[in-house]
Amino acid sequence: MSDRVKTTLGPLELPNPVLTASGCGGTGRELAQFFDLARLGAFVTTSVMPQARAGRPTPRVTETPSGLLTAMGLPGPGVETFLEHELPWLIEQDVRTIVSVAGNSVDEYGDLARRLRDVPGVAAIEVNIACPNVEDRGRMFGWHPSAAASVVRAVRAHARPGTPVFAKLAPDVTDIVTIALACVDAGADGLTLINTMEAMAIDTGTLRPALTGVSGGLSGPAVRPVAVRCVYQVHAALPGTPIIGVGGVATGLDALEFILAGASAVAVGSAVFHDPTAAPRILRELEEALVARRVGRLADAVGLAHKPAGYVPPQVRPEEPEKEKL
Amino acid sequence: MSDTPVQTSATVLTVRQVQDYHAMTLVAPAIAERFRPGQFVALAVGGEHTSRLIRRCFGVHEVKSDYGGTVELVFADTEPGTAWLAGRRSRDQIDLVGPLGRPFRLPRDPVSCLLVGGGPGGAAVFALADTLLRRGCQVHFVLGGPSAKQVFGSRMAQRIGDSATVATDDGSMGEKGTVRDVLPRVIEETGADVVYGCGPTALLRSVTQVATDFGLPSQVSVEEFLQRTGACGIGVCMTCILPVHGEDGVTRMVRACADGPVLRGDLVRWGDLGTIPFDALGAPRVLSVSEGGSQ
Repeated sequence: MSDRVKTTLGPLELPNPVLTASGCGGTGRELAQFFDLARLGAFVTTSVMPQARAGRPTPRVTETPSGLLTAMGLPGPGVETFLEHELPWLIEQDVRTIVSVAGNSVDEYGDLARRLRDVPGVAAIEVNIACPNVEDRGRMFGWHPSAAASVVRAVRAHARPGTPVFAKLAPDVTDIVTIALACVDAGADGLTLINTMEAMAIDTGTLRPALTGVSGGLSGPAVRPVAVRCVYQVHAALPGTPIIGVGGVATGLDALEFILAGASAVAVGSAVFHDPTAAPRILRELEEALVARRVGRLADAVGLAHKPAGYVPPQVRPEEPEKEKL
Repeated sequence: MSDTPVQTSATVLTVRQVQDYHAMTLVAPAIAERFRPGQFVALAVGGEHTSRLIRRCFGVHEVKSDYGGTVELVFADTEPGTAWLAGRRSRDQIDLVGPLGRPFRLPRDPVSCLLVGGGPGGAAVFALADTLLRRGCQVHFVLGGPSAKQVFGSRMAQRIGDSATVATDDGSMGEKGTVRDVLPRVIEETGADVVYGCGPTALLRSVTQVATDFGLPSQVSVEEFLQRTGACGIGVCMTCILPVHGEDGVTRMVRACADGPVLRGDLVRWGDLGTIPFDALGAPRVLSVSEGGSQ
């Protein structure tokens, strides 16, 4: 792999910008049957919660046009089992691991960050704030700047100082920039944009909602334009804050679109369900796309769509040796 | 490692209509070579720029060594994804992942086996029959469906099986009645030592009940449940979950794809399918420990 695709997420340096999205890579063992996970920029875990959770009953996924609608109910083995069985395996495979955390209260988020504090091999923490706050009538933390900030502050306070903290924001809010600013003010080192957006499908056979959760989170290429818009707006407001772009990335050009909007990395979600080798394929396609556009370093393309039309980024001339390296 | 699944672009050899179902043969040597009865394959539908992200999972009816290795699937056309599959023609390419899931456990000794099949998923009993016959087992078939057009493979069952019994709800083929009606008699007549089942969930539930009544072990493939609830087939999406008793007495929500599709029938909590039983690991707690105070 060339240096061309190297990227940085604040203090975190990654050999490439293609990650798996939280909740889409299983424990890692399932995908490792298809490719070496060390080839990923990083593996983002399914959100870890304090206790084991079975989640919602089936059906908890349904197919919508170019999308998936899911209402999982945050299933997972709980932090104890995660630290005992899942994280050590990922570290053993030399997988750069970003641990996603989720809680029902601000204290639970803080406790999880403390549990991870002295665990080796945690490259970063991603805070999933799309969780109902049981202390606030089940409203999502991510809906309000103050609630989002309080969760980020709790994680930042308990996490190891050098470990970057990313806040993952939901797009279906009045103004995502306000929430992004609140999270960064509260100590987030970066942002993951976007989580799923609330949506619904009704089964015309049973005449009832298609999911037991009634409404669910929409993901897949259907939400990509929404995600690109969010990345663009937040990058415009916070150009110095690293962004992981998520939402319907299925090809290398989709990844490039996020990078041009201002993301320094992308995470592949639903595409993994459709194609187990989506992540390495997207990386290959992205690299080819950069070469074709004579972009010498990925960093040169980050946020390029914000530049005026006449701006020409630093280019690699075809005769330069970088070309041969590929 | 030859027991890990592969992803391959498989070439369609034939697609033909068999009764109410479609049988598709694909050239996929790497999958055919690794396949063990009970495992399944996951197909991407809609071509390269598809808008359908869910993989369709089907059991394998037959594996042959032609063209380096072929797999044959049998499916019903029930939704746009399967309609697209049914419309494929010879030489079309399909993205295929497999073989996936845990296979049937095979008896060590040449015992008498009862294979129960229903619906298109019932086709998977024939791959199993092939393996059992080669191991010297006796193979008895019981096939069922609403009517003759929904019974797959009755002639093949008669040809290769030591016995074959067909039951249809309307009596258009074999006996009039359900599989459950004929199963106790067939078990007694054949002296079956083990019962295998492939097909609709309701059928698997009856197979398990009857086998348990006779004190026989049952191995069932919950492929139909997987088709209804799953999205990826490889164990990452966590949507095809069903409650299963563990050896330690704890009920866990397990994945039909990666922990199945073949499960011990007596360990599946059939009555609780589509729910999270209150005593399952990780079930929502009605009272938290601090509120309840009893724990």
